[in-house]
Amino acid sequence: MNQDYDLHLEEAKGKIEESSDLEALKKLEIELLGKQSLTAQAKGSLGELEPEERRELGLALNETRSKLEEMLETRRRRLESEVKGEQLENERLDLTEFDRGHRLGHRHVVTQTWERLEDLFIGMGYSVSEGPEIEDEWHNFGALNFPLGHPARDMYDTLYVEYGDPMSTLLRTHTSPVQIRVMEEEDPPIYSIMPGRVFRSDTADSTHMPVFHQIEALVVDRGITFGDLAGTIEAFTSAYFGKDFESRLRPSYFPFTEPSAEFDIRQPGGKWLELGGCGMVHPEVLKAGGLDPEEWQGFAFGFGLDRLALMRHEIDDLRELFRNDYRFLAQF
Amino acid sequence: MKVLLSWLKEFAPIEGEPDAIGEQLSELGLAVEEITRTGEHLEGVVVAKVLDLRPHPDADRVQIVEVDSGDGQPLQICCGAFNMSPGDFVPLATIGTTMPNGMEISRRKLRGEWSNGMLCSGAEIDLGEDHDGILILGNESEQGTPLADSLGIESDVLFDLEVNPNRPDAMSVAGVARDLAAYQKIPFSIPVPKVSEKGKDISEILKTEIVSPDLCGRFVVRVIDGISIQDSPQWLKNRITALGMRPVNNVVDVSNYVMLELGQPSHTFDLASVANSEFRVRWASDGEEIVTLDGVGRNLTAQDGVVTDGSDSPIGIAGVMGGVSTEISESTSTVALEMAWWNPSAIAKTSRRLGLRSEASARFERGTDPEVIETAMLRFCELLGPEALMSPGIIDEKGDLPAREKIKVRVSRVNSILGTDLDQKDILQILDPIGFEAESVDQDIDVMVPSFRPDTSSEIDVIEEIARIYGYERIVKTVPKSKTFGSLTGKQSDRRLIRTTMMGLGLDEAMPVPFLAPGELENAGLESDGIKVANPLVAEESVMRSSLRPGLLKTLAYNESHRLTGLRLFELGHIYRQPDKPQPLPDEREQLVSVLAGNEAGEIVKIWSALADALAFDEYELITDSQPGFHATRTSRIEIQGRTVGFLGEIDPSVLSLFEVSERVACLEVDIDDLLSIPHGHRSYTPFSRYPSSDIDLAFEVDEGISSNEVKKCLQEQVGVLLVDIYLFDIFRGEPVSEGRRSLAFKLRLQAEDRTLTDAEVAKVHGECIESVEKKFSAKLRS
Repeated sequence: MNQDYDLHLEEAKGKIEESSDLEALKKLEIELLGKQSLTAQAKGSLGELEPEERRELGLALNETRSKLEEMLETRRRRLESEVKGEQLENERLDLTEFDRGHRLGHRHVVTQTWERLEDLFIGMGYSVSEGPEIEDEWHNFGALNFPLGHPARDMYDTLYVEYGDPMSTLLRTHTSPVQIRVMEEEDPPIYSIMPGRVFRSDTADSTHMPVFHQIEALVVDRGITFGDLAGTIEAFTSAYFGKDFESRLRPSYFPFTEPSAEFDIRQPGGKWLELGGCGMVHPEVLKAGGLDPEEWQGFAFGFGLDRLALMRHEIDDLRELFRNDYRFLAQF
Repeated sequence: MKVLLSWLKEFAPIEGEPDAIGEQLSELGLAVEEITRTGEHLEGVVVAKVLDLRPHPDADRVQIVEVDSGDGQPLQICCGAFNMSPGDFVPLATIGTTMPNGMEISRRKLRGEWSNGMLCSGAEIDLGEDHDGILILGNESEQGTPLADSLGIESDVLFDLEVNPNRPDAMSVAGVARDLAAYQKIPFSIPVPKVSEKGKDISEILKTEIVSPDLCGRFVVRVIDGISIQDSPQWLKNRITALGMRPVNNVVDVSNYVMLELGQPSHTFDLASVANSEFRVRWASDGEEIVTLDGVGRNLTAQDGVVTDGSDSPIGIAGVMGGVSTEISESTSTVALEMAWWNPSAIAKTSRRLGLRSEASARFERGTDPEVIETAMLRFCELLGPEALMSPGIIDEKGDLPAREKIKVRVSRVNSILGTDLDQKDILQILDPIGFEAESVDQDIDVMVPSFRPDTSSEIDVIEEIARIYGYERIVKTVPKSKTFGSLTGKQSDRRLIRTTMMGLGLDEAMPVPFLAPGELENAGLESDGIKVANPLVAEESVMRSSLRPGLLKTLAYNESHRLTGLRLFELGHIYRQPDKPQPLPDEREQLVSVLAGNEAGEIVKIWSALADALAFDEYELITDSQPGFHATRTSRIEIQGRTVGFLGEIDPSVLSLFEVSERVACLEVDIDDLLSIPHGHRSYTPFSRYPSSDIDLAFEVDEGISSNEVKKCLQEQVGVLLVDIYLFDIFRGEPVSEGRRSLAFKLRLQAEDRTLTDAEVAKVHGECIESVEKKFSAKLRS
């Protein structure tokens, strides 16, 4: 008797493995386990047997059915996974087809440098101040201790605009007039930077533009010293250019600072590179800003912003910054 | 200012290697632009005598020169220059010589002819600028002598210094030596010149008068006899050449030498040509004329100073250039030597107005040392040689000289400004070597500023001198702690947000210059009232932009001309406008403009709505409008809380063709000052319903003239609080929609705060919506 079931199982196994899709398998399941199946028929006739025989045959039947179920289930899983695999295969995509240069826009390199510098000084506790690009003669020169007719005005090739009295209104030649505006508007202590656009009557070449950008720092507080100036420049230098960079101050001349200096930077063993100008805020400038120079002392330093952008990205021509060729703009 | 090391050493025993001295000069504030070692490269270059010249048999541009280089034997050289003749003495770079440009001279064949060295031009051996021919040496030369010996050139070091306007004293070799001596703590002195005096006292020879004391602070004249005009000695020529002056004759050269050495310019007159042997110094009168040394007739004004003769005719423009009528010549024997202190701003104005800026006027403009004149006069005579004899006596007229006053310098102030800990003694020791006479008075110091430092007039000026000589590098570096929090202002943060948003939308930031050419504003459809630059270098940079649009259109055109199209750009920058009401400065505003080349207006609306979202402007209106320069039927103005903040749409096609942009250009222009002045950026939490929502889709056929916004608004008003979301999801034109109309399909989401909406409620809203839109716009629901 049991041998019959073994044979049945052997037969069923062959059929199950041959079933090629889920539908055929379903039919096979009915054939093998349904009411008309061999085992179901046999189960129905169990009552006719002796208890001993019935128990034995019952066990054999159950075992056979569960083996059939297991074989069917295994095959079903297999077929199902083949179907899913086929479906996924039909959805296959070449993702490189989609990599067609969708891109973000780019901030201008000058803006990137500008924001980087702002962030650095904000970290040092400075705020950011601004002023107009078209300035009056007083803020650009007079208040900064350049009296009318002072030869130092010649150091700046000034562009004037036709507005108000002749020579009264100009395109600011430096960001320093913002120093005066900050002193006029705010009470010390002042810890501020002033980035901005400035103008000179210059013919464009690889290192000159009639329009360029500067940034300067102004600190006015009690007891600010020249040592503070040198130390702040050193701190800025190592923060912006790298820890191994050092700075030095050399005597120079600006009407609005005294003592005045140029500041240079270098990597250890490298050549000194002149970066900008600085000095202690001149007492006359503090007065022009409405402050008592006996009570308040301060320092200022400034430098070209575009040049830092050129240095960072190894750009060799200043004009490129303002030509707005897409092949340039899209690079950074 | 250039200085030679050997010259500096005549005033102080300066020590150190050239590079170290260069560093010291930089630390003193005399920035070294270049250090050149002179004379070194003349090694191997000898004097040769030209014996014979003949054509090269096989080359037209080269001739064969036979020279004697000292051994009496003819030596064959191939040479590309033709300016010498037999008997001339020329420099020969012998075989093995390394030229200043690094080339090594070897024996070589040139088209079959041997060349045993190279004959040199002045430029080839750094002796002047002349490239054109071989340098012809004087007849007194001797073949075989090293060229350096023959020319009296010693190896030397030339420092090219950048001198700041506040250092007139450093416009002289002696002044630079004084600073270096102070740095090296070595003695400094100006040697006393040795001069012979003879003849009549000057008071019997000539008279002077300063008529305008505000023009001239000091006017000194001496008379020198026995001068013969000739070439200067070679050593003197070499020195002034090294410092950038061209040798002319002994009198002119000595005048330049003294100016370079002591900083005092001078002028020489042929005394015989000075009417009445009289000099007067005064302001010129308008329209007065003089022919200057360069042969040019000059018209003078009342702002120019002149020296006149006894007949009151101008014989020189004060401090700028002498007149031709009293010029010294070969026949001159008696010279009146004049040295003066001129009002610096007068010289500055005149030299600028006449375009006559010289080494002399540059020194007068900065302010010369009125007290060096006596020494400079003697030095002048000494340098002319023993034949030159000075008349005894000196004419010395005084005008208005700036007074030298004592400056009080507080020791406490010095340390407070510098962050140092100097005492009275330290400061006195610092100031003494640079000629500042200082003495302690109680806790402080009284300082008498030397006559060669007119720039120094206040306590802070002296403090700068103290810092300079003490050494900037010795001051201890400290960092003050900011007492304020560093942060961006709201506007500055918004600017960053705008840029970041634009970036996220794929727009690149452009930065055109803010100058425009005349006509470009008009071409862009804008008013022609841009602020003009009064002194532009070029017409293309003569108008300040009143909008960012023209600059960006030019940028598109530039890129298109390089076959770069479809650009998406933005710019955030200042614009300048004539103000409505008089105000001290123009109306300077910040503007944002974005241009999308190759796009229609619809694309720019997306840019705006994303930007408004980023800045949290949740309510704005786009109202069909027109704006000069924009497309007549594709433009809207942007309103927020009833205020216009900008325009968007497309650029007028006729503007595009004027700018030579061939693509369509969608454009957004926002006044950033106006925009950011409207409250924004803050969003309070709005609770949302927990109950299920229901959606209805409605498509209406409406006339083209009715904006989708109007329909949307009508639906919003109709539904009221139950409407939580509404958007236009489809637009359709064409069959079966009738001509002149289009279908607008909206999706509405309904939701109540306190309950689930019943089907009946939703159906009611649905019906009401249809009724109200159909009625209001003669619309027709599409099913």
